[in-house]
Amino acid sequence: MRNQAFEQASVEVLRKRLSKLPFLVAVVFAVLLLRLWFLQIIQGPSYRVQSENNRIRLQDVAPFRGMVFDRNGELLVDNRPSFDAYVIPEEIHDRDELIRSFHSLIGMEPNYLEEKLGKEAQKYGFRPVLIKKNLSREELAIVEAHLFNLPGVMIQIKPQRYYLHKELGSHLIGYLGEISEPQLTSGNYPDNKQGDLIGQAGVERVWQKNLNGIRGGEQVEVDAAGRRLTVISRRPPIAGQNLGLTIDKKLQMAAEKCLKDKKGAIVALHPMTGEILAMASNPAYDPNLFLEGLNRAEWAKLVTSKEHPLQNRAVAGQYPPGSTFKMVMALAGLEEGLDPREEAFCDGKFPFGERTFRCWRKQGHGRVALHRAIVESCDVYFYKLGKRLGVDKIHHYARMCGLGTVSGYELGSEREGLIPSSEWKLKRFGVPWQPGETISISIGQSFVLVTPLQMARLISAFFNGGVLYQPKVVKWVGKDDKQVYQFTPEASGRLKVKEQHLALIRSALIGAVNEPGGTGSRSRIKTGAIVAGKTGTAQVVAMGKEKPVQRGEEPPPDLNDHAWFVAIASADKPEIAVAVIVENGGHGGSAAAPMAKEMFEAFYGKGP
Amino acid sequence: MFDRRLLQHFDWVLLLLLIVIGVLSVLNLYSATYPMKGSGGSQIFLKQTYWFLLGIGVMLLMTTFDYHGLERLAYPAYFFSLGLLLLVAFIGDVRSGSQRWLGFGGFSFQPSELVKITLIISLAKFFNDRSHINEFGLRDLWQPSLLIAVPALLIVKEPDLGTALLVLGVSFSILLFVRMKWRSLLVLTLSGLCAAPFLWIHLREYQQRRILTFLSPEMDPLGAGYHINQSKIAIGSGLAWGKGFLNGTQTRLHFLPEQHTDFAFSVLAEEWGFVGAVCLLLLYLFMILWGIHIALNSKDKFGTLIALGVVAIVFWQTVINVGMTTGLLPVVGIPLVLFSYGGSSILSTMVGMGLLMNISMRRFMFQ
Repeated sequence: MRNQAFEQASVEVLRKRLSKLPFLVAVVFAVLLLRLWFLQIIQGPSYRVQSENNRIRLQDVAPFRGMVFDRNGELLVDNRPSFDAYVIPEEIHDRDELIRSFHSLIGMEPNYLEEKLGKEAQKYGFRPVLIKKNLSREELAIVEAHLFNLPGVMIQIKPQRYYLHKELGSHLIGYLGEISEPQLTSGNYPDNKQGDLIGQAGVERVWQKNLNGIRGGEQVEVDAAGRRLTVISRRPPIAGQNLGLTIDKKLQMAAEKCLKDKKGAIVALHPMTGEILAMASNPAYDPNLFLEGLNRAEWAKLVTSKEHPLQNRAVAGQYPPGSTFKMVMALAGLEEGLDPREEAFCDGKFPFGERTFRCWRKQGHGRVALHRAIVESCDVYFYKLGKRLGVDKIHHYARMCGLGTVSGYELGSEREGLIPSSEWKLKRFGVPWQPGETISISIGQSFVLVTPLQMARLISAFFNGGVLYQPKVVKWVGKDDKQVYQFTPEASGRLKVKEQHLALIRSALIGAVNEPGGTGSRSRIKTGAIVAGKTGTAQVVAMGKEKPVQRGEEPPPDLNDHAWFVAIASADKPEIAVAVIVENGGHGGSAAAPMAKEMFEAFYGKGP
Repeated sequence: MFDRRLLQHFDWVLLLLLIVIGVLSVLNLYSATYPMKGSGGSQIFLKQTYWFLLGIGVMLLMTTFDYHGLERLAYPAYFFSLGLLLLVAFIGDVRSGSQRWLGFGGFSFQPSELVKITLIISLAKFFNDRSHINEFGLRDLWQPSLLIAVPALLIVKEPDLGTALLVLGVSFSILLFVRMKWRSLLVLTLSGLCAAPFLWIHLREYQQRRILTFLSPEMDPLGAGYHINQSKIAIGSGLAWGKGFLNGTQTRLHFLPEQHTDFAFSVLAEEWGFVGAVCLLLLYLFMILWGIHIALNSKDKFGTLIALGVVAIVFWQTVINVGMTTGLLPVVGIPLVLFSYGGSSILSTMVGMGLLMNISMRRFMFQ
């Protein structure tokens, strides 16, 4: 069957072809060698850099943010370790698998992760994306145990801000929030990067640069799973400077306790320096919540709530001063020649034009001079005084007392309030001032608006010889005994009035608390410090309603009067001035004065 | 049967080549699996040593009989291995999504490795039996086509695209060296091209993705492109002299995927640089040229064809693997012969080497 000749021939053909094969093979191998030459010699240096980039990760080491203390060195804000989970998008092997794992391990929402690892994350593939802050102990244990099966995931320990007393002083201290795009590009935050938390309110915002500290860095060798193996080099971070507030924790707590479940504000100032000893505004917020990363709904709730928890009512709440305005009226009257012995008769009402203005005491006060008019807060006396002075004189003295203008409160968002004048009325409404309106503003109603801080500053000036101090909240800033800022009192205004006129008013304010029939008697304390103060009950004008609810009528709850009390202690040696406002609290003497008493007791002790 | 002359003609060159590559492979695996801080040590380089020793034993065994005896055994052996391949489809072990292994009591093996050898022998027998045909036309080729296509399809099904392509490549290489009508060759090539889209839709999604990624690696750097990129970084960063033994960062820190199997060459290139990589490639080149030399000097067509098949296996596997690790070819999962870790691969290669040596030793003998 086999044909020897054929076979020989076909073997020859095969051999002939085979003998050419080595050249073919050599050509193919030459291609491979050229490829290696290209990769290792020509492009080698670039690949060497890439392999180093693979291996060495520059990691930031967050600095400790400066601590915050009260005036007595009590710690208010600190840092504590937070275990945060990050993902490096470039190192994920299977994104869907990772999302599933996180869902089953720690119950993380797939949609949330999907969003976090979206386009932006892919763009900067090697930048770690924070996916969960502040893992709980259990979550940490679970994630750590599965870390090897979760390529691209890493855990970092970072100091996290910790507000020891939650809401305490939240409007002063402020809160942190992630740096925004406009803030990043503004150039005002050279020490911060995307993702950093910076102060967004309060001293955290105003003293951001000092508190922040300077980040450190580490060159870390990591493996493909992103695990840190060795630290190659390290630049330690520099902790931020610490900050001492002027507030007294004990007083601040007392103030916040008073306002619990109420809306309102309490300000306590040092009358001789302008230091803010306490400043409470309720409702408040817990700044710790901002660190967890508020979700949209929680944020919306804080911002759009009718109760405005983010607003500091002590500086931004504008209220009609009510009878506390009589301090200004009395000063204006005396300066304009009012005889303090001159009596007026109060029968409970004051007809003016077609209207009848009423005194808060239906049966009237009878014959009163200036002293009793302040002590008993007679409205009719001040209607008559106002009528005599006219709106522009009242405007002049009110402005002198620091009303209708900002006090220079250093943390900002302060409102001016409003002190009307005839010129203002014409400009604002295009109609001339009505004489009847003068009667209303004489008892601090109608257009007049003030803030609690302005009132505390005002009564301080009445007792410290007429100096309006700039209210300040920071006592010192610095680190290791090297202070970069130290509080100094700063006078920002002066009452250019006769000292004896102030003395007359002071004595009346002492009377209002300590004399029989005085409206502020509920603020008296037993420790020997003399309290002096003025109550106020401010009518609430409903939006859209022409006339305020008349005195003596039963109003609906949200139209209930605001209760004021502005006081100082001790009258002979002023150490603390307090302004209290309780929204819809009712009468100043019954709702606000007891709170001032709590403040004075917190300051001086309860006594025997 | 055993002749003293056989010992005189023993192919020491081939044996030496195998030992050198084996030692390099074990050293390289030692580095590739060198324990990282905090994880247990690996015994893979030891296992590879045992496989090599066993492989050399098998190879020596393959020299003890005259390869002409295989003419009778060719088809039975082919169908036996085909049977094993069928068995895989039904009772094979599934590992990372593909069914390639047959396990018997703690020991597993890939029948597709065996098929490569039995297919070569069968093709050699087929063409040797038809030496009287001067020029092969399409009608003469339906049988070998079937011989090739059936195992190739079974392997694609596993799925193991790489090995299937290898089987096709090796078979095609043999076909090139038998006299074929140009028209037939053209028709074969054209039908292959026409079958490509049909094959494409039958590929698994990840296989399609790999090929797409190969065509544009930057398209998907996190997915399939990751392997190619990391391998290129490893090789490129080795520069001329390498980072040194055990000092390859891509390897040690596990940026390199599959570093003890498919990407073992990248480990070598990273740690020994251009010089080391070129040396290894020259060893393979030398082995292939030596194999061609054996094929040329075989005293008959049967031996020539078998030697040619074994050479084709080594050639294609080397080219595909190095091409894949350097980013010239798509990632298809072909290990580098004798260098990557893997018992089945070493054993089947050593069987092939045994045949080569058998043919080499008997080149002066007459029946």
